Amino acid sequence: MQYFVQQLINGLTLGSIYGLIAIGYTMVYGIIGMINFAHGDIFMVGAFAALIVFLILGAMFYSVPIVIALLIMMIVAMLLTSLYNWTIEKVAYRPLRGSFRLAPLITAIGMSIVLSNFVQVTQGPRNKPIPPLVSKVYTIEGVSVSLKQIIIVLVTAILLAIFWYLVNKTSLGRAQRACEQDRKMAALLGVDVDRTISITFIMGAALAAVAGTLFLMYYGVVVFSDGFVPGVKAFTAAVLGGIGSLPGAVLGGLLIGFIESMWSAYFSIDYKDVAAFSILAIVLIFLPSGILGRPEVEKV
Amino acid sequence: MAVTVSPERDVVATPVQRAFREALYAAAIALGLFVLFIGLKTDQNISNELILVQRWGLLAIVVIATAVGRFLYVGYAQPAMERAKAQKAAAPAAAATAPGFIRRNFNQIGVAVLLLYPVAIVLLFGFQGSLKWVDNFGIQILIYVMLAWGLNIVIGLAGLLDLGYVAFYAVGAYAYALLGTHFGLSFWILLPAAGLMAAFWGVMLGFPVLRLRGDYLAIVTLAFGEIIRLVIINWREVTNGSAGISGIPKVSFFGLMSFNVSDPNYIAKVLGIAQSGAYYKIFLYYLILGLCFLTAFVTIRLRRLPVGRAWEALREDEIACRSLGINTTTTKLTAFATGAMFGGFAGSFFAARQGFVSPESFVFLESAIILAIVVLGGMGSLGGIAVAALVMIGGTEILRELDFLKAVFGPDFTPELYRMLLFGMAMVIVMLWKPRGFVGSREPTAFLKERRAVSGSFTKEGHG
Repeated sequence: MQYFVQQLINGLTLGSIYGLIAIGYTMVYGIIGMINFAHGDIFMVGAFAALIVFLILGAMFYSVPIVIALLIMMIVAMLLTSLYNWTIEKVAYRPLRGSFRLAPLITAIGMSIVLSNFVQVTQGPRNKPIPPLVSKVYTIEGVSVSLKQIIIVLVTAILLAIFWYLVNKTSLGRAQRACEQDRKMAALLGVDVDRTISITFIMGAALAAVAGTLFLMYYGVVVFSDGFVPGVKAFTAAVLGGIGSLPGAVLGGLLIGFIESMWSAYFSIDYKDVAAFSILAIVLIFLPSGILGRPEVEKV
Repeated sequence: MAVTVSPERDVVATPVQRAFREALYAAAIALGLFVLFIGLKTDQNISNELILVQRWGLLAIVVIATAVGRFLYVGYAQPAMERAKAQKAAAPAAAATAPGFIRRNFNQIGVAVLLLYPVAIVLLFGFQGSLKWVDNFGIQILIYVMLAWGLNIVIGLAGLLDLGYVAFYAVGAYAYALLGTHFGLSFWILLPAAGLMAAFWGVMLGFPVLRLRGDYLAIVTLAFGEIIRLVIINWREVTNGSAGISGIPKVSFFGLMSFNVSDPNYIAKVLGIAQSGAYYKIFLYYLILGLCFLTAFVTIRLRRLPVGRAWEALREDEIACRSLGINTTTTKLTAFATGAMFGGFAGSFFAARQGFVSPESFVFLESAIILAIVVLGGMGSLGGIAVAALVMIGGTEILRELDFLKAVFGPDFTPELYRMLLFGMAMVIVMLWKPRGFVGSREPTAFLKERRAVSGSFTKEGHG
């Protein structure tokens, strides 16, 4: 039982990170109907930005309280990563809007290659380890919970609450939902569609940057190719939950996190990714539009 | 100087003023993007701790280069392009001239060039000198041409978005590698076997995803590709894990002559000529060329058969298809199986050519590259896809050869490092420049009186 609870906590931590990335996928998909393949690499850029900020802080000040350091890392990573995603949208996706469906998919894959290789060229191909930022571990009834995990789950929960408020209660969120339902109609009713889409990309990138910072803090190492696997997992999570649905993305992220940690705990750690992908395939056979996704209406 | 009138705030701005402003914006954005990533570099010191190295000079160069580039683009390139476009529009008669000799006979010329390429290279560089050109350029590009033509059946004809095509390539490669090393079977038996096995896996993948559409299909095929790769990595007893399988037997000359120097029927001994590794490469070149022609032939022929027409109908409108009594299930499955079969052929060829396979050759990036070639070439157009493979794969291979750049940028400069970076940029730029691919027109197979090429914008890309 203790072992199970332990795995549940590990899964929750992992799932929070996946969920944060998955929101970026699902929002972009919901609003312009494209798979933003570069999103995984945006996450990696966020992690690298956090790493560099961490090193700057270490070089400039002798000691900074860890909470403030994390906060600064997160904020700078969010700003920088948002700038990246905003630029990418403007350069690579906007000119192809309204063009045929595969064109932005190809530019997105191209951008993903550009981003990971850009970081490889500028920052070097080696693993970048940092000393552990937070190392405290609490043990409750034989179940150990590290402070890192608490921070991750807490930050995710806070961000999701802010995010939920933004999407459901503000005029910006209303504009986003309008664009999602019918872009042309929204434009006719005075919604600035281009701006709304830009903001969607910025929001997705900011969440991915937070996920990147948390990833860096949790694993203590980052490398230029780190965008791919979490990116694909998060995308899987978004599809599993029903792409286009925000609660679905979080749910999918948590599910993928649980599947992974349970599978590696009880079966085989080598095949954890195989398990996650297989469950995706099985779920989609029975629920072709994901768990919370709206079934696509076929128009004749 | 011309005054632009269209956007309100540019009423008084001349192109140069506008370009200057744009350049400033671009510089600011570039500064923001690159300040942490180019201005600073994370490096390990002797005690393996990360330290920051400052590179402000490089940052300044990059930012200034961005600004100058933007200035030239907005100030000079863009107006020039608009003028050219206006001129073209003003003189529509000139645009309607008959296509030139090369364009009219593009396919015949292409085939002739491909057939004569090794001969020309051998004449130019001799047998030893030809190795690199035949192998790195010829064979490498043709493998991608074949893969892209195989994927074209799934995406270009049937309109099913497959992001895990590399899985079938892997199945074919491992089928040949395992059966060839363990049972000593010949390539000529295993080639069809590998194709069949890949086709079988195509059907296996096809079954669960038949109900899925569009991007759901994309992610499941991607997941399938990853599953195959992960199984290959982890099933160490059979596949030897990430270490891969080496010592894969070479292809024989249809069993008559061998390319192993130690064999009694080694080609040089049989024919009484000097020993050289180039014979094998040239033979492989013609082998993959033959496989490519087979793919092209089957694709062209299938388009005229009921099943090929059903694929294209499925791509255009699935519901109409169903109401006309086409069995969408078998139609989709045959598309998957046929595409997968050619992937399997290419895979077993790849294993034979390398003599070594490892899971590293079958990562998602390969699927992405193949997909990019198909889309950049113009989906459904065989000639366009071949051109795209030539440009993208040949272009990145050439970067390996640019040693003279070392003289310009210093000995530390390695052009190979920038290979994939430039590849990604080229993908984006080509797509922005020609969203419909290099060949934007399609040849319909069914027509009323005369065959006329139609614009690619009239064909749909399918919804999975």
